[in-house]
Amino acid sequence: MSEFALTHAWLIPLLPALAFVVIGFFTRLDKSISAKIAISMISVSFLLALGVLAAVISGPITMDNPLIQKVLWAKMGTLELSMGVLVDPMTAMMLIVVTTVALLVQIYSVGYMEHDPGAGRFFAFLSLFASSMLGLVISVNFLQMYAFWELVGVCSYLLIGFYYYKISAREAAKKAFITTRIGDFGMLLGILLLQITFGTLDFMELKELVPAYIWISGTGFMTVVGLLLFIGPIGKSGQFPLHVWLPDAMEGPTPVSALIHAATMVVAGVYLVGRAYFIFSALPAVMTVIAWIGGFTAFFAATIAITQRPFKRILAYSTISQLGYMMLALGVGSLTASMFHLMTHAFFKALLFLCAGAVIEAMNEEADIFKMGGLRHRMPTTFKCMAVGVLAIAGVPPFAGFFSKDMILAAAAEVSMPLYLLAAATAFLTAFYMARLLFVAFFGEVREDCPAHETNSYMRMPLVVLAVLAVVSGAWGHFAGFGEWVYFGAVQEEHIDFMIAGSSVLLTLIAFALAYEIYVAKRFSAHLLAQRFGILYTLSYNKYYVDEFYTIVRNTFVDKLGAVLYWFDLHVVDGVVNGLAKGVGCLSCVFTALQNGQAQRYVAVFYCGVIVLVAYSVFCAVRILNLLGGAF
Amino acid sequence: MNFWAVSTEIFILVIMTVALAVDLVLPKKETRRGIGYLVISGLLAALVYTFGLYHTGPSMTFFDGLFLEDNYALFFKQLFILGMLFSVLFSLDYVEKNIKSPGEFYTLLMAALLGMCVMASANDLLTMFVGLELMTVSFYVLVGQRMDVPDSGEASVKYLVVGAGSTAVMLYGISLVYGATGSLDFAVICRSIQMVFSIGLAGIVLVMIGFFFKLSVIPFHMWAPDVYQGAPTPVTALLAMGSKAAGIAVFMRALYAAFPLLGGYWIPLLAVFAAICMVGGNIMAIRQTDVKRMLAYSSIAQAGYMMCGIASADAAGMKAVLFYAMLYVFANVGAFAVLTCVEVYRGGTTHTHLTGLAQSAPLLAAVMTVSLLSMAGIPPTAGFSGKMYIFTAAVERGYLWLAFIGFLMSMISVYYYLLVAKAMYRDLTPEEETANTAFRIPFGVRATVLLSVIATVGTGIYPELLAMLTNLASQTFMR
Repeated sequence: MSEFALTHAWLIPLLPALAFVVIGFFTRLDKSISAKIAISMISVSFLLALGVLAAVISGPITMDNPLIQKVLWAKMGTLELSMGVLVDPMTAMMLIVVTTVALLVQIYSVGYMEHDPGAGRFFAFLSLFASSMLGLVISVNFLQMYAFWELVGVCSYLLIGFYYYKISAREAAKKAFITTRIGDFGMLLGILLLQITFGTLDFMELKELVPAYIWISGTGFMTVVGLLLFIGPIGKSGQFPLHVWLPDAMEGPTPVSALIHAATMVVAGVYLVGRAYFIFSALPAVMTVIAWIGGFTAFFAATIAITQRPFKRILAYSTISQLGYMMLALGVGSLTASMFHLMTHAFFKALLFLCAGAVIEAMNEEADIFKMGGLRHRMPTTFKCMAVGVLAIAGVPPFAGFFSKDMILAAAAEVSMPLYLLAAATAFLTAFYMARLLFVAFFGEVREDCPAHETNSYMRMPLVVLAVLAVVSGAWGHFAGFGEWVYFGAVQEEHIDFMIAGSSVLLTLIAFALAYEIYVAKRFSAHLLAQRFGILYTLSYNKYYVDEFYTIVRNTFVDKLGAVLYWFDLHVVDGVVNGLAKGVGCLSCVFTALQNGQAQRYVAVFYCGVIVLVAYSVFCAVRILNLLGGAF
Repeated sequence: MNFWAVSTEIFILVIMTVALAVDLVLPKKETRRGIGYLVISGLLAALVYTFGLYHTGPSMTFFDGLFLEDNYALFFKQLFILGMLFSVLFSLDYVEKNIKSPGEFYTLLMAALLGMCVMASANDLLTMFVGLELMTVSFYVLVGQRMDVPDSGEASVKYLVVGAGSTAVMLYGISLVYGATGSLDFAVICRSIQMVFSIGLAGIVLVMIGFFFKLSVIPFHMWAPDVYQGAPTPVTALLAMGSKAAGIAVFMRALYAAFPLLGGYWIPLLAVFAAICMVGGNIMAIRQTDVKRMLAYSSIAQAGYMMCGIASADAAGMKAVLFYAMLYVFANVGAFAVLTCVEVYRGGTTHTHLTGLAQSAPLLAAVMTVSLLSMAGIPPTAGFSGKMYIFTAAVERGYLWLAFIGFLMSMISVYYYLLVAKAMYRDLTPEEETANTAFRIPFGVRATVLLSVIATVGTGIYPELLAMLTNLASQTFMR
């Protein structure tokens, strides 16, 4: 069975793609059949992914010895484009994570989209989204990865703008697409430079070529390539300064947010850096950039999250912050820690988002946490799951986040003290804002007009499964030896640095206590604190005015330039184009007028052609004779 | 006498004879649909049979080398059989309704197919000429098969008049070549020094004109629009893919096998005519409102693209041409199947007749659009890969300007192809809405359009499969 899964790993992305085609073309209007098709396809993918995992665990496949299947896709001269499947432990882990989360999200969506008339379309898009992410994960070369990378972008556009009749959703979809496109452009340049320099985009071939190249000609040029490549992940994984699209992506239906933020789109960037780690790890300058961008993003997003009020927006900033952690781990040289955190984060973040969806649905689309309160009495299951999620993300042992976050902190401490302090501060902030979210929304008095009620079983089941995963995945990864499994270069030993672990747990507990004092016991007034911090609070609440800054830049530079170019386009380019089109139309008139339907004319034209060609042949013959010197 | 070498032709001859015999035996009032089914199953068997003839060793010959059964010929024979198979399949209803004597119609189709197959295998100017005439004469009659429409007869006569002129020119060219070299065998002609004199060069150019007529190269194209428009739609389809591909097949063989040493003479000639075709064909197609007539002009342009590939005169160019010819069959089958169906139910093939097709027959509208996009070369259809191969071959040969004209003209072609899509998909006025009734799509048409669209998109997404077949086909030729 596992052998079959391994050799047929290409089916994993293909099946959801098939679901997309079938739903999109045939069953779009029938939501129950559409849901069944989508879920059954992703279930089979999930089973295959399990098979792949089993085969990878038991078989000879390691990070240095992946299984590769390739087919030639197109060949033009010396350029050979191929596509295929690359399976190593990292791929197997990603396949499991993506299929699990996608499957649970789709089951959840059955309940969530029950009353939406566009549910069929929704399932088609979800299937395509899962399919493109799975295709990205098994890519064998940069080109295949780039194709799926863009597909993921398109799907996010379609899903964020799912409620296309809402202006805010349309705007958010555009923002997500355009912002990530900026990153993709840089990445494309990087990929093209790789192709030009090495003549191949295959990961395995590049893995051989790049170190040799760096050894011979230094890191200068490759640093440029590495930085260009990294711009893609900055956009896709919501790193500063291209993080602005991610909070707005909340406009999509909540299951989409769970999928985008947990398992698919945003981790694509982290995965890309991991996949191309043989390039990045050889370039110290780029690694420093990655580490600092990651560390800064983690801290920066966390400071924003502590003052936000909408439920999903807090979670969105927490996603940015956690992605920052993953990048930080990559930057300080620990692929293991990054991938481990990616896995645990996928589970607990999906859990948190699905809880958010349940809460918001129960509250009739009310998103402000300060208008909630006491929900634990009304929604006990959701509350328990949410609590598990919060404990996991805050890093309380033995929940999943503890192990992975500890590994990142330890890795950071080894490389750079400032980065460690930044990460530790972020851990404190994370615990604080998550506790705030939990306490404000679920504790306190139940409001009288609160419409909340427990959700239906389609939505509850995934929550419970994810909660279990959020509890056990960290401990499992730690004790089963994740580091012997997904690593770069040398195997990473599993150990807990008690100094670091103890201090971060202590910080977490302090943060919890502080949040409890402020928001439950109300010993300190949140209002007063906000006033006391004054400008800091305002800055954070307004997300450091990054969006406003971009607006100003756009207004002054892009719009003005746009106006000039628009004029040019309208009067010069269009003029030329229209003129050409008219010219072509006139030519067409003249030519077709020749065609008068008379066979006589046809034959006449024919023989004119004959005369011209015979004249040409005689001319050529004379020239050849002259060349021969007229000897004949 | 190795009769295995001509087994495909014998196969087709048997189908033809059986069709003719059944037609004679059947009572007069009986429907001739059965003959159609007979032809279809026979062709299907022939198609499967030809796959078994691909080889890697030496090729079979017949009649002392006059007839050569190599992979190249096989590829084209499969192409003709495929095109013919689908044309018969989608036109069963059309033939029953519009053709007075279907039995003869099918027999003539088989005769034309036989001619094409002989052309693909011809290894000597006379064999080539016999095949060419067998095909062309069959087509003269086929074009005039719609007795109820005056256009059809007119088209037939015009085709005959211009065709006769072309045949005369070609025959004259052949006699000049014979006069210069004393042989009609490609291999002997190739070695003859006499070809460089004016008699030889004039001979080549006159033979080429004969092919230019078949490929409807400007200025030898004047017959094409009228004939395409007047002929019964399935015959138009066969003119566009079969007759043209047969011309390409033997043209390429003659140039590469008989006149390779004179490349410096005919390559520039071909490049110039390719450019003229691409420009003229595309520009004249813009103003057409009858889709059949538009496809006539577009086929002129398509001949231009294929000639770009021939002009590159190497294995890559040949593979590109083979690839393009095959995908052109896929696209044409799709487009003409739709046109035939529309003509049966709505009585015409202009933009007006196609209006509202997206509502009344969404499948047909979608297939038409995909087929036209493939002709225009838009990814992910096969046309994109085909054009890319052709232009890559041309650029590598040094004909950058030719490829550039090709790009530019492909762009223009999108306009008139999309005009058809616009007619099918645009919003309807209330009167049109009421007139726009849904109609039953016959099984044959449904099967044809689905297969053609799968082939078009499949080849576009994964071109390597067909590319491997073209590799095999060019292998025995360009050893």
